[in-house]
Amino acid sequence: MAAEQTATGYIQHHLQNLAYGKLPAGYTRTDGTVLSESTWTIAHSSQEAADMGFWAVHLDTLGWSIGLGLIFCFLFARAAKKATAGVPTGFQSFVEVIVDFIDKTVKDTFPHRNSMVAPMALTIFVWVFLMNLMDLIPVDWLPLAFAHGTSALTGADPHHVYFKVVPTTDLNATLGMALAVFALMIFFSVKEKGLMGFVKELTLHPFHSGKWYVDIFLIPFNFLLEAVSLIAKPVSLGLRLFGNLYAGEMIFILIAIVFGVGVLGFIGASFLQMGWAIFHILVITLQAFVFMVLTTVYMAMAHDREEEHAHDQ
Amino acid sequence: MNINLTLIGQSITFFAFVWFCWKYVWPALLGVMQEREQKIATGLQEAERAEKDLELAQRKAAEQLKEAKAQAAEIIDGANKRANQIVDEAKEAARSEGDRLKAAAQAEIEQEVNRAKEQLRTRVAALSVAGAEKILSINIDAKAHDDMIEKLAAEL
Repeated sequence: MAAEQTATGYIQHHLQNLAYGKLPAGYTRTDGTVLSESTWTIAHSSQEAADMGFWAVHLDTLGWSIGLGLIFCFLFARAAKKATAGVPTGFQSFVEVIVDFIDKTVKDTFPHRNSMVAPMALTIFVWVFLMNLMDLIPVDWLPLAFAHGTSALTGADPHHVYFKVVPTTDLNATLGMALAVFALMIFFSVKEKGLMGFVKELTLHPFHSGKWYVDIFLIPFNFLLEAVSLIAKPVSLGLRLFGNLYAGEMIFILIAIVFGVGVLGFIGASFLQMGWAIFHILVITLQAFVFMVLTTVYMAMAHDREEEHAHDQ
Repeated sequence: MNINLTLIGQSITFFAFVWFCWKYVWPALLGVMQEREQKIATGLQEAERAEKDLELAQRKAAEQLKEAKAQAAEIIDGANKRANQIVDEAKEAARSEGDRLKAAAQAEIEQEVNRAKEQLRTRVAALSVAGAEKILSINIDAKAHDDMIEKLAAEL
């Protein structure tokens, strides 16, 4: 298979998730076999993954994100269980530094009373950071180990086993979290202001004259503007994280290709790899932080009442 | 890049982890941290109070020391005065005792002298009688001349 592995193929292979989904009856698979009936299976090519449509899951994305989330929960729950009010030591002080940092950040941006926002910020920060952190593992290690592992176990062609390690380079993962945040925004908006309050916020804002016969004509414009700004929040939230990590991953892949280009390429790529990895430490932390802060800000906006807005202005 | 069920899976996972953190991680950690904060705050307060107490105690001790010193000085002063007084009294007593002794001695001396004079007078009388006897070679009636002799002795 090595001969087939062109640079393009290598990149495409790295950008394909391990998809598990349903292929319809009569579908011609990559190896030429035709399915007699619709089957749930693992995609053997990007085309197959695309043809599975919406009803497919990325096993690698979910696996890594749930695994890393469980690690986060396990470590922090253990620290919380063992924590004492005495002198903090070791892992406890590390956890407390993070908790303290999150608590301060949330208190600065979220002035309302909601016991859920701060723990959510902590979860987002640590979880997204852990997922981003997978980007620092050399791009080929885990995919190759997984491909050869499965091929040894099941006899599958290692070239057809896809494995993406960084969940945040999968748009599904980042948009999934952004949509969850969006759902919470709507939920808290309605809970704090009532359904009518929320509708009013969408329709009587930003243009508002105070006379009902004028306001009626302003409703469509207001709604259009507010709807766009509302929808833009989760989309930008998800796309920002995805874009940054996807680009970072891409550069790691490109550097990995340079490793194969002669001795000079190897030496150059080593330095590039190191430099980009060091820079990327900043990026992954920053992106986790940005995702957390924006979520908190959106929660604060959901809790803000219109009267408070009027006072601010 | 396909949008698929992973999206919803990730959303559910997100809620699950947030819920877990909300229920089991955050309150415990924050509670412990607040408890420690409280502890440190009371500790600092107590330290401050102790410092104040110490200062107060030091001031009190200094005051007491000063008082004690003053008292001691007073006592020493009194003692010195008393000592002087005692010395003076003793001197006075010694002087008067001396005077008294001197007076007694003088009186005694005078007595002695008087007694000696008396003896001398009687002896002179006797001697003069004896001398006159020898001179006159006659027995003079002592009684007849007593008056004269006594006059003589008184002249001595």
